[in-house]
Amino acid sequence: MSATIKSEEKKLKVVGTRPIRPDGVPKVTGLARYGADYSLPGMLWGRILRSPHAHARIRSIDTSKAQALPGVKAVMTSADLPEQKFEYVGPERVAVNFWHMTRNIMAREKVLYEGHAVAAVAAVSKRIAEEALRLIEVDYEVLPHVIDVEEAMQPDAPLLFEDMIPRGIEPAPSKPSNISKRVEFKMGDVEAGFAAADEIVEMNFRTAPVHQGYIEPQACLARFDSDGQAELWATSQGHFQIRALTARLLGMDVGNLRVYPAEIGGGFGGKNVPYVEPVALVLSRKAGHPVKIVLSREEVFKACGPAPGSSMTVKIGVRKDGKIVAADGLFKYQAGAVPGSPVMNGCMCAFAPYDIPNVRSVGYDVVCNRPKTAAYRAPGSPISAYAAESVMDMAAAKLGMDPLQFRLKNIARPGTPTVWGPKHAHEGFAETIQALMKHPGYSAPLGKNQGRGVASGYWFNNGGESSAAVHVNEDGTVLLATGSADLSGTRASLALMAAETLGIDYDKVRPIVADTASIGFTGLAAGSRTTFGTGIAVVEACKKVIGDLRARAAMIWDVKAEDVIWEDGHARPAGENKGRFEPLSLKAIAAKRAVTGGPITAEVSVNAGGVAPGFATEMCDVEVDPETGQVKVLRFVAAQDVGRAIHPSYVEGQIQGGAAQGVGWALNEEYIYDQSGRLENPGFLDYRVPVASDLPRIDAVLVEVPNPNHPFGAKGVGEANLVPAIAAVANAVSNAIGRRMNDLPMSPPKILKAMNGER
Amino acid sequence: MAKHHVTAKVNGDHVEFLCETHQTLLDVLRDELGLTGTKEGCGTGDCGACSVTIDGRLTCSCLVLGVEAEGKAIQTIEGMAAGTELHPLQRKFLEHAALQCGICTPGILIAARSLLERNPDPTEEEVRYWLAGNLCRCTGYHKIIDAVLDAAREMRKD
Repeated sequence: MSATIKSEEKKLKVVGTRPIRPDGVPKVTGLARYGADYSLPGMLWGRILRSPHAHARIRSIDTSKAQALPGVKAVMTSADLPEQKFEYVGPERVAVNFWHMTRNIMAREKVLYEGHAVAAVAAVSKRIAEEALRLIEVDYEVLPHVIDVEEAMQPDAPLLFEDMIPRGIEPAPSKPSNISKRVEFKMGDVEAGFAAADEIVEMNFRTAPVHQGYIEPQACLARFDSDGQAELWATSQGHFQIRALTARLLGMDVGNLRVYPAEIGGGFGGKNVPYVEPVALVLSRKAGHPVKIVLSREEVFKACGPAPGSSMTVKIGVRKDGKIVAADGLFKYQAGAVPGSPVMNGCMCAFAPYDIPNVRSVGYDVVCNRPKTAAYRAPGSPISAYAAESVMDMAAAKLGMDPLQFRLKNIARPGTPTVWGPKHAHEGFAETIQALMKHPGYSAPLGKNQGRGVASGYWFNNGGESSAAVHVNEDGTVLLATGSADLSGTRASLALMAAETLGIDYDKVRPIVADTASIGFTGLAAGSRTTFGTGIAVVEACKKVIGDLRARAAMIWDVKAEDVIWEDGHARPAGENKGRFEPLSLKAIAAKRAVTGGPITAEVSVNAGGVAPGFATEMCDVEVDPETGQVKVLRFVAAQDVGRAIHPSYVEGQIQGGAAQGVGWALNEEYIYDQSGRLENPGFLDYRVPVASDLPRIDAVLVEVPNPNHPFGAKGVGEANLVPAIAAVANAVSNAIGRRMNDLPMSPPKILKAMNGER
Repeated sequence: MAKHHVTAKVNGDHVEFLCETHQTLLDVLRDELGLTGTKEGCGTGDCGACSVTIDGRLTCSCLVLGVEAEGKAIQTIEGMAAGTELHPLQRKFLEHAALQCGICTPGILIAARSLLERNPDPTEEEVRYWLAGNLCRCTGYHKIIDAVLDAAREMRKD
């Protein structure tokens, strides 16, 4: 059962209900089409040849034998992709460099990790494509490699890029390094802060890279016509983003590429960028036939970005009264083989929930011979939160304070400055802590070998560019088109907001995800932005349609438009005409569309601001088997400020899913490499994500402190739930065994070692 | 390489197909028979997205060769609803919002039906262990377990 805490009651008829999702039936009957489910006549199968080495120079690639194999229609290498300029573009937090991106799609001078793509073929069958890969001869000069982040930072470490001078260090170092960038955020006087502290707590932490673990591997179908026009059916978190990046990587006009959104089988950030799409398009261009590529699970693990691993040090200083006076964090994140880990996010979010006068966060973005990292649910924040919230727990224990009381005493409120500049502007954090304090789970007794942990977390959330179109059909039903990929039920939440705004039934609204040629530009379904940002576009489009409907009613009644109001799905005469005419329903006006001005339709594009961040506070109870070190999760309660739950069931689902991923991150999941830099566990047997029997029920507590900048108060719910989850589990395990667990994952051998080693 | 001629029943219907020796039943269902409701998540029997039943037995179709289907009766997600009427499990999954992305849903529905055929009144723990071979990364399983238990309740009343 889930508790809902409402801080404001507003009379809503549809928003906040739990109807069946509009895309539900095809998903339970097997008819929904995901990335791998599309085909076209004459379609070829594409396969990618990948590096067996962690680090090697490519001396030559000979594709002639593969090309000659009967049934092979095209072979490609990086020579088929245009060179890109070396420059970082876009906002610093998410900057991209196409010079690196094209090399990650297909290696040029060097392979930088095991699984790095080096060539690809398209053939009439999967089997022939596989056979052709074996005929491609690549001459490698194997180079020394480096996997670990601390080792990669050493001055004598093997260099991935021989000319890479770290950015963000003044004066610039003269020697190249695997450090791509240093970032620093600072506020107040950290040294003075620690000098004023009564207690100081400091600890080092390590975390392993973990994979997003979406169940659907990357897949696409591409068709490139000889006139330069192309179409893609892609499974992604944003078909406009896939269009933009793929067109750039191929050097083609954006207008010549149309991308259709397939249903997406999980993304969690991992499907924000193309991997297979440019390859399939080039193969199709060369072959003159459509090409389908579906990756194997092994390829997904080896080549499609995990979240970074890390090495961190966090120190906080507290006064006896429980006030935190200083915090200092050092965060080293593995970027994988391409610069661009989310270490800035980690630095910014680590201490963001709290009002601390003196803060410093230093981050290093470090390349190593692993696949390039990709976004994963609040990218960067769960990692630094694990370190910061562990130290918070240690400090509370040292002070003899309840860990929730300790957090509540230090919360950031509107007006509290952030380490990156702007002041906090939204409430909602305190309410998540109070929700847990009141929850019966927090006072439930613990047994032998059991422990309880709590943690809090912060995530920015996002707004940005979104488009929505509303078409009123002649029978009074409504088509709602947006450009947001639907990962988790957002068609339902967007339809609910449209129905509420128009004043019609939910089942009269048919929401679709429109392709790139059928709706205005819409950014990624990422950053917890769809229900917020695209929701604003939907409501604005509905309001525009309502304006049109009112004008048409005014025309029918021969009154002024301002004398018509829209209420409960009806145009009603108002002002001096109040009560003079029977109200006209949306359906009645739609029936007269041809004689009142033609089609009733509106498309609105927004660049949504007014974002409110996500706060979550979570608790976990565990039992540790003292013989084996095995952890059993007994209880998990997650309270998140969601602003307002538009479809509460799917909001709960987001929170439960985020919590489960946190449990996996904390206890089981890791990339394991052998001595030669090859991944030892590229499958779901040895890379173990939580299964149903690993988890208890996950109690999602919806805290609703509405965002005043959204028509229904929504804040975005997809990511903040993962941020504190790892730390909550780690604090629970540490409390159960009486030893601080500072190395993830907390696998049984590590726990046994901690229990025995310090005994 | 000569293909094999295979005769089987899929969702109650007689089918014949040609397949190469190495093709899995999953490949055959998806690529030869056009039944793409059965999903490939791993190809190694670890995720359960390709779950089907063969002569009533729950199986990962990625671990079975197409030629092994000879003479067998195979049930896939496409045959779960009775015509236009959804199976109670399908309906309960929708009512409980037991899916987010939905890629694991066909496999979980097939596995859950297989459980309820053997054990119409499972405990929560029995459902969790039975479904331990079916990975879901979106839901944390909470609503899936609720949906299966609720469907079991409803089916027992019939």
